[in-house]
Amino acid sequence: MEAAVDGTKAEHLKWAPLADDMGVVPPEDEGSEAEWKWMIVQTAPYMEARPRPPWKLQWQSDRLLIKGGKIVNDDQSFYADIYMEDSLIKQIGENLIVPGGVKIIDAHGRMVIPGGIDVHTRFQMPDRGMTAVDDFYQGTRAALAGGTTMIIDHVVPEPGGSLISAFEQWRDWADSKACCDYSLHVDVTSWHKGLQEEMETLVKDHGVNSFLVYLAYKDIFQLSDSQIYEVFSVIRDLGAIAQVHAENGDIVAEEQRRILELGITGPEGHVLSRPEEVEAEAVNRSVTIANQTNCPLYITKVMSKSAADVIALARKKGTVVFGEPISASLGTDGSHYWSKNWAKAAAYITSPPLSPDPTTPDYLNSLLSCGDLQVTGSAHCTFNTAQRAVGKDDFTLIPEGTNGTEERMSLVWDKCVVTGKMDENQFVAATSTNAAKIFNLYPRKGRIAVGSDADLIIWDPDVTKIISAKTHNLAVEYNIFEGTEVRGIPLVVISQGKIVLEEGNLHTTEGSGRYIGRKPFSDYVYKRIKARSRLAELRGVPRGLYDGPVCEVSVTPKTVTPASSTKTSPAKQPAQPVRNLHQSGFSLSGAQIDDNVPRRNTQRIVAPPGGRANITSLG
Amino acid sequence: MSYQGKKNIPKITSDRLLIKGGRIVNDDQSFYADIYMEDGLIKQLGDNLIVPGGVKTIEANGKMVIPGGIDIHTHFQMPYRGTTTVDDFSQGSKAALAGGTTMIVDHVIPDPGSSLIEAFEQWKQWADEKACCDYSLHVDITHWNDSVKQEVETLLKEKGVNSFQVYMAYKDLYQMSNSELYEVFSFLGEMGGVVQVHAENGEIIAEEQARMLQMGITGPEGHVLSRPEELEAEAVFRAITIASQTSCPLYVTKVMSKSAADIISQARKKGNVVFGEPISASLGTDGTHYWSKNWAKAASFVTSPPLSPDPTTPDYLNTLLASGDLTVTGSAHCTFSVAQKAIGKDDFTQIPEGINGVEERMALIWDKAVVTGKMDENTFVAVTSTNAAKILNLYPRKGRIAVGSDSDLVIWDADAVRTITAKTHNSAAEYNVFEGMEFRGGPLVVICQGKIVLEDGNLHVTSGTGRFIPCSPFPDFAYKRIKARKQLAVLRPVPRGMYDGPVSEFSPMSRGGTPSASARTSPTKQTPPVRNLHHSGFSLAGNPAQRGAPTTEETPIRPAGRRIVVPPGGRSNITSLS
Repeated sequence: MEAAVDGTKAEHLKWAPLADDMGVVPPEDEGSEAEWKWMIVQTAPYMEARPRPPWKLQWQSDRLLIKGGKIVNDDQSFYADIYMEDSLIKQIGENLIVPGGVKIIDAHGRMVIPGGIDVHTRFQMPDRGMTAVDDFYQGTRAALAGGTTMIIDHVVPEPGGSLISAFEQWRDWADSKACCDYSLHVDVTSWHKGLQEEMETLVKDHGVNSFLVYLAYKDIFQLSDSQIYEVFSVIRDLGAIAQVHAENGDIVAEEQRRILELGITGPEGHVLSRPEEVEAEAVNRSVTIANQTNCPLYITKVMSKSAADVIALARKKGTVVFGEPISASLGTDGSHYWSKNWAKAAAYITSPPLSPDPTTPDYLNSLLSCGDLQVTGSAHCTFNTAQRAVGKDDFTLIPEGTNGTEERMSLVWDKCVVTGKMDENQFVAATSTNAAKIFNLYPRKGRIAVGSDADLIIWDPDVTKIISAKTHNLAVEYNIFEGTEVRGIPLVVISQGKIVLEEGNLHTTEGSGRYIGRKPFSDYVYKRIKARSRLAELRGVPRGLYDGPVCEVSVTPKTVTPASSTKTSPAKQPAQPVRNLHQSGFSLSGAQIDDNVPRRNTQRIVAPPGGRANITSLG
Repeated sequence: MSYQGKKNIPKITSDRLLIKGGRIVNDDQSFYADIYMEDGLIKQLGDNLIVPGGVKTIEANGKMVIPGGIDIHTHFQMPYRGTTTVDDFSQGSKAALAGGTTMIVDHVIPDPGSSLIEAFEQWKQWADEKACCDYSLHVDITHWNDSVKQEVETLLKEKGVNSFQVYMAYKDLYQMSNSELYEVFSFLGEMGGVVQVHAENGEIIAEEQARMLQMGITGPEGHVLSRPEELEAEAVFRAITIASQTSCPLYVTKVMSKSAADIISQARKKGNVVFGEPISASLGTDGTHYWSKNWAKAASFVTSPPLSPDPTTPDYLNTLLASGDLTVTGSAHCTFSVAQKAIGKDDFTQIPEGINGVEERMALIWDKAVVTGKMDENTFVAVTSTNAAKILNLYPRKGRIAVGSDSDLVIWDADAVRTITAKTHNSAAEYNVFEGMEFRGGPLVVICQGKIVLEDGNLHVTSGTGRFIPCSPFPDFAYKRIKARKQLAVLRPVPRGMYDGPVSEFSPMSRGGTPSASARTSPTKQTPPVRNLHHSGFSLAGNPAQRGAPTTEETPIRPAGRRIVVPPGGRSNITSLS
């Protein structure tokens, strides 16, 4: 145990300055009722400090000791006490020396795990003048109730609008309402070169390191393959992560029209018009583009077996790709779209849709357990029945989104750990650590270690709970997991070093959530990308100038375009081929196997492989 | 049999032929029998045939007699930016016959925006004037609108074309969007056509080409660097998705890489109706030659999708061809002279694309697949001839040695050894991509339309003797399964009570320009949910695993072990919310 403590101390030293980056230093005096006075020490680029209204800072206890629990990280579990102060973990070990007056929580026989990170939420999301009913307050409250202490929400700018102003808008909403720490992904809903600068600003000044592009939603958010190629190239240069909503929007649009023509207007049309093949196709295409641009890829909302298979296959081939199944795809299936209760059927509408194949959740849980899928989100985006009813005569108009932020942790525990698919450490990895690593929050988040944020939960693996809309912390009337019994729930939730859930009671504070900036070039993602880009140097073959006969070409005989592709840079430098005579190797990134393989020796080569330098005479 | 279309055969040197003592090899079995041919048809098969006097007799001496090869993909006499490929229909079909191929299927490439039928007539005229063997035509759909749709229907119903190619590459020239592909596929699926695709992601290629040129890579190696095999595999995957969505049989032309072939075999395992066509070049050579210091040699390998630089590719493709995951072979024979290729001497994107292979195809496959023990002689017949005939709906007229079939056949010498070189080949091109390779196996005698065109190493061909062979729609080989699945694929709405609860206000135009997540042309406003109360099943085609699984929406299948609080059926009117 001593060794473990030493290790964590070293970690503490390594990145302790991060704590200062928060820009706020709480005063020394203690006591839960003390008046807090916050002052800004510095404005760090990633940790923009904002003075908060003092009446919202009701810290119940800023010094906490958890005794007797089993600490579960993604790599190991061990017994130790945890002492927290100033919303950071200060000490881990046995027989800790702590100040007096510390609130002690007894965790004997229970697990202490890092707070969950929900990598995908859409709280308060605007849609055609409506707003998702769970706002940042309601949503983060539900998250905390389920053991999630950090969420990453999606900023969805109007197509053509500014990314930065949308980002600021979301920050305003979240800063005033969020009860737990949060961060923001920014969706790139349209593309022109000007957005490149905005993305750069977001990465460098606003702590955004992930951008989502849509392969679906034709004529609204959808980008073409060329645009995606350009966005991915920009993302790679900035050191961010490319997320995709993977569905082939062109085919979906055609299928929607066909289904409506058949007279199918109910929610079942949603899933019929978005078969899982269309999802798998888009995943495959984005993997291809990501490989081509050497850009790390992250697939949001893995909903079907086929899409998950494509990801697993790509990982086997070495692609840097991550898959995010969500609460809904791990916990339920698409058979409910055929419910005769319209409102219930509509509550399941999300894109990509839940698969009608009832074996899907089990399959996805298995892939999550074996590491082919890495992180879990909820894609929590809830609309009430009246809002859904906008599409009562036409399923294409139903606002999309399902609940899941509150249920995520328990669902994964119940489906994966209870069934023996994964152990408790893998559970921590899939619900928290991997997310922190991918989005460069590790080890501040996603780990119980000295110096880490005091976001943790005491988990009781034996308590069961029945999920119901009657008891959930959400504003919607339906819960898609209605009636599901889950084993394993959070007993105590600690967020920012204060107890927010205890004995079934939530004590959340609106606006206490901090924006957590994320630096680019996350090691977990970019180490491999960097190594590959060093390998991927391409060189031309130095040849003599071709000086033989050249056929005449009629300039524009075939339609308007002269060649088989548009070229932006015709590269007409004349002397190019004779330079660089010193070297002529080539290498392809990610395909190193072939590099040194010589040509097969079963065929005789009559012409010498090198050929002549000038090739006027033909052999 | 009904296909005695031998109206315009100008002259037959010997219209009565008897092959004695040969071993007849079809795709299903081999057996010893004599063959008697008359009027360009096989009249009798068997031992001790009773034939008229004065019949020319060929002694096969136990050698194999196989159906003449069908090269399902050629580009003879193809116009390209004011020039024409050097092998015209005469030269090309001559080379085909020399290699044991007795029928070719050429691609008609209309200029985008012009008439398909006019282009078809033009190609037919060229071929009728010059072709030395029977031929059919694929028509490439290079743009899409309602008038093209009309023309496609005419070609299918009246002109004897049953296969149409679309391009996923050649951005801003031939390339089609996913929506257009969906429409073409749906239409051809209904009309009984076979969709062929040139599978490469043209958008990414355009980006990569720009990048290569910016880096100063202008030689032929830029061609393969800008078209990595992943882009081929991606497009194949996408084409399969669209074809499966539209219940249309799919045919992938020019399978050049392992990854593309893998996608096809995976899809076949899942039940998709998809056929893959590797070509002579991808089965016989690889893309390492793009790095040749001899520009003209490197340029002679330029074709799209490119040959893979992975030297294990040909062996892999031969294996998949032998196992049946790939179905047919073509040559994509499309040859340009060095001077023509030199149009792109400073910019690889300008190099005209295409390689030779029509003459070498049969011997090459025999050498790579049969000699190595990957496939037997019957599979060889299947992949070089029979399968193609089945897809084109020409079977058993072509692709089989049977009474009533056309007398297109080859006496095959399994032991002949020949070295390929541009010095002796029958193509007009200066380079041969198989230069220096030694192939075991070759045609000894070739009989086309019942007359001997190759004997003792001498070719006796006559330009203009080739007939156009019309192909009819709905080939059984592709469509039997499609038809059965379509009958299953009836989608029905769920009968529900009308929703009469509160409805939120929403602004239809707030997000982007379009009101909802999709472009809709027919906002069906009927009220169908209350009708059809008698039945409410649904099933999905092409997905046998799911067939019948969730047919009962009243009791959705849930994993066991969960308590269900709300009854699954719900109420009929849902105003009150639980």
